[in-house]
Amino acid sequence: MAKKRIVSTTINGDVTEFLCEPRQTLLEVLRDTLHLTGTKEGCGNGNCGSCTISMNGRPVTSCLVLAVEAEGADLRTIEGVARGSALDEVQQAFLEEAALQCGICTPGFIMQTEALLAENPDPTEEEVRFYLAGNLCRCTGYDKIVRAVLSAARKRRMTAEAAK
Amino acid sequence: MPDNAQRSYKVIGTRPIRHDGVDKVTGRAKYGADVMLTGLLAGAVLRSPHAHARIRSIDTSAAEALPGVRAVATARDLPDQGSRMVELGEGSVNMRHLSANVLAHDKVLYKGHAVAAVAADNIHIAQEALKLIRVDYEPLPPVMTVTEAMRAGAPLLNDDVVTQPAGNAEALAESKPSNVAKHFLFEKGNLDEGFARAKHVVEREFHLATVHQGYIEPHNATALWHADGKVSVWMSTQGSFTARQQTAELLRIPVSDVKVTPMEIGGGFGGKISVYLPPVAAILSRKTGRPVKIVMDRAAVFEATGPTPGGVIRVKLGADESGKLVAADAWLAYEAGAYPGSPVGAGCMCIFACYDIPNARVEGFDVCVNKPRTNAYRAPGSTQAAFAVETVVDEICQRLKLDPLEFRLKNASSEGTRRVDGPVFSRVGLVETLQAIGNSEHYKSPPGGPNRGRGMASGFWFNVGLKSSVTATIGCDGKVALVEGSPDIGGTRTSIAMQFAETLGIPVEDVHPAVADTDSVGYTDVTGGSRVTFSTGIAAVEAARDLERQLVSRAAELWNVPADQVCYTNGVMTAPGHKATFKELVAELHETGEPLVGRGTSGKANQAGAFATHLVDVEVDPETGKVQILRYTAAQDVGTAIHPSYVEGQIQGGVGQGIGWALNEEYWYDDRGSMRNATFLDYRLPTCYDLPMIEPILVEVPDPSHPYGVRGVGEVPICPPPAAIAIAIAQAAGVRMTELPMAPHKVMAAILAKSRPGNGQPH
Repeated sequence: MAKKRIVSTTINGDVTEFLCEPRQTLLEVLRDTLHLTGTKEGCGNGNCGSCTISMNGRPVTSCLVLAVEAEGADLRTIEGVARGSALDEVQQAFLEEAALQCGICTPGFIMQTEALLAENPDPTEEEVRFYLAGNLCRCTGYDKIVRAVLSAARKRRMTAEAAK
Repeated sequence: MPDNAQRSYKVIGTRPIRHDGVDKVTGRAKYGADVMLTGLLAGAVLRSPHAHARIRSIDTSAAEALPGVRAVATARDLPDQGSRMVELGEGSVNMRHLSANVLAHDKVLYKGHAVAAVAADNIHIAQEALKLIRVDYEPLPPVMTVTEAMRAGAPLLNDDVVTQPAGNAEALAESKPSNVAKHFLFEKGNLDEGFARAKHVVEREFHLATVHQGYIEPHNATALWHADGKVSVWMSTQGSFTARQQTAELLRIPVSDVKVTPMEIGGGFGGKISVYLPPVAAILSRKTGRPVKIVMDRAAVFEATGPTPGGVIRVKLGADESGKLVAADAWLAYEAGAYPGSPVGAGCMCIFACYDIPNARVEGFDVCVNKPRTNAYRAPGSTQAAFAVETVVDEICQRLKLDPLEFRLKNASSEGTRRVDGPVFSRVGLVETLQAIGNSEHYKSPPGGPNRGRGMASGFWFNVGLKSSVTATIGCDGKVALVEGSPDIGGTRTSIAMQFAETLGIPVEDVHPAVADTDSVGYTDVTGGSRVTFSTGIAAVEAARDLERQLVSRAAELWNVPADQVCYTNGVMTAPGHKATFKELVAELHETGEPLVGRGTSGKANQAGAFATHLVDVEVDPETGKVQILRYTAAQDVGTAIHPSYVEGQIQGGVGQGIGWALNEEYWYDDRGSMRNATFLDYRLPTCYDLPMIEPILVEVPDPSHPYGVRGVGEVPICPPPAAIAIAIAQAAGVRMTELPMAPHKVMAAILAKSRPGNGQPH
């Protein structure tokens, strides 16, 4: 067994250091070491997108990132999306549009949606479907998820408009 | 009998935010893999590389010697089951088979079959230890299809399986071991006379691939064998009580010594009823004195759980000149997988359920093959049957030059129709779903454009009643803690709470539903059979009525008036000279007397069955054979939609799975019986880029056996899609697809075969 390494990161705004083996994935460390279990594992090979988090502003499947690669990285997980106890527009839209059934894929979809809306605040349905195609949901047929993303985008644009 | 047109509800039919929603969008909800306990060990399972082999010996000594390994288990650690059958709520199961499926006894019967398990300080050590276990196998020839397995002289999987007759089937004179575990036969009328009257007869044979439920959350279980002999299990399951019973039976300990806590469940669709991991984790815990958590990886989920059967179906239909179906004959052989228990019986009962046919015969076979033991998948057995029968119905319509909608309306089952297997339908809404499709905007706008086609298909699923328990405790602030035993797989906490709130006349936000462990709530059957909103709903309504009775009698005491002068409606208690809202009354009762606890159970009511009719437009790429879904409309008799958004969601989700089943999903096996696509993307679940919006039409024909007319909605939406899409492909490309999935290469092959001179319809 290789020696453990210390990795320094920022997670959801907090400076966080952890100890890990070189073979451990970032997903494993988030869940088992840091107890951030909101990030889910569905496949372990990057197929399903349930473990999507934000790494330096980009969405990544954390099962395909080694924990040691997170040195110096700025990470955001589902636990860091709500502002205190206030849900953000994407979370709120998923609830209002009934965009989850079992909920296991939901954190990954929300993280991927956050990345989409940061890149493209006004996506078309086609653009939403393309950007979210790496996230699998088996319960909903995606219909209400796509509607929730479009609705969150609308709400966020209105809020931005009102702030001007 | 409920009649929604004349009743107005306050809560039912609205769309509140689900009670567990916030925890699920913030990552707080705890699923099975999220369980953390002091001293927790990681478990891992060694799986067979062979599809069929005898186990000569297992040597675990090197694994046990690895530092960090705490225990190793094999089938020798499981108690002997003898040859006993146990009723497990989903039919009776041979315990010897169930036990051998959990850890292989003397043979492995499919690649991925569990052989041994390790508990270690972490998952990496456990996985290293698996590599140190030496298993001496004697490989045997694998049997991968029903056709092969039914052949005389085929290699035998189980020497304790003999063909059991069911329905009108007769027992074989000679009862020798066979791969055919069950033979069903159902008959109605006189088949020969029926076909003699038929003007048009079409007969086709269909081949179906093995498919998986595809839930995103892998199976998991954490077990702790306490020093007093009791066992606690935390797991992802559709039925905590059946999981408890299976675990107890497999370990041969008293059922009440096992407590199962159902964690949040990340999808199941029928595949999380059978137990795989809890007994293994429990044995490892007994050996170590520490809790052990096992989580499957995705390959194990594909190779060792689920799937739903592939097989062969032959259907022959005869219609008279007027377009009335007069005779129907079907032959179904479904893969059971390693051990008996495919849903072929259900397939036999469903195959002609949408049609009122005077003369019919259905024969079915449950056939063991070297694949994982099959399990329920959303309307188990019915989707395959619908694909076959609806395709033949469409061909009959084509021959008769009859409109498929008119043909279906003319032949549709309705109240009083007798199914081939005996039961007579009560009030059901197939005709209404056909009319709803006929009236839809989709139906009225032609698909247009080259290479496009449209297909229509119907489907049926029984839906079940079974047993549920609910308790409700009123808090001093007038809010209610509602405790139920149905794992919530898609929003049922809310649909149950809504029925409770409606009955008691309080806001649904004041009801706090929770799913409890097996020690904290009464017996409740599985979340399956589209039964939770129906049956646990009835239990919740009963609990509300129980509380109402208590409130009335306590108010009478409090106000010192006769109970028959106290009246409770819409959340307000009145008596001559007295009036109090629910909350006012509760606050006062809390000060003056005993707590208010209601209880409700269900178990007598059974459902009338669900029907759906779907309409789909597709475009077939003539260069590649790829099928694009352009538009999809699904009409379904939903009884009464308690929470319409989640009813729509069930329909959309079922359609999504049905589209995957139709176009892409299948287990690919090599000639050694090894699955070669045990990942999500190779298996090819539909992504959101594959699907269009799915338009549900909720047809409400209340089920008379439920106080609010609820009809289970979860399962039937998966039945019509493969058939509807096959019919649309036939219209778009002129080829009749008789094999699932209708993947691009198969559609392309059919198109090429058609254009070759001298070739007619491909088979």
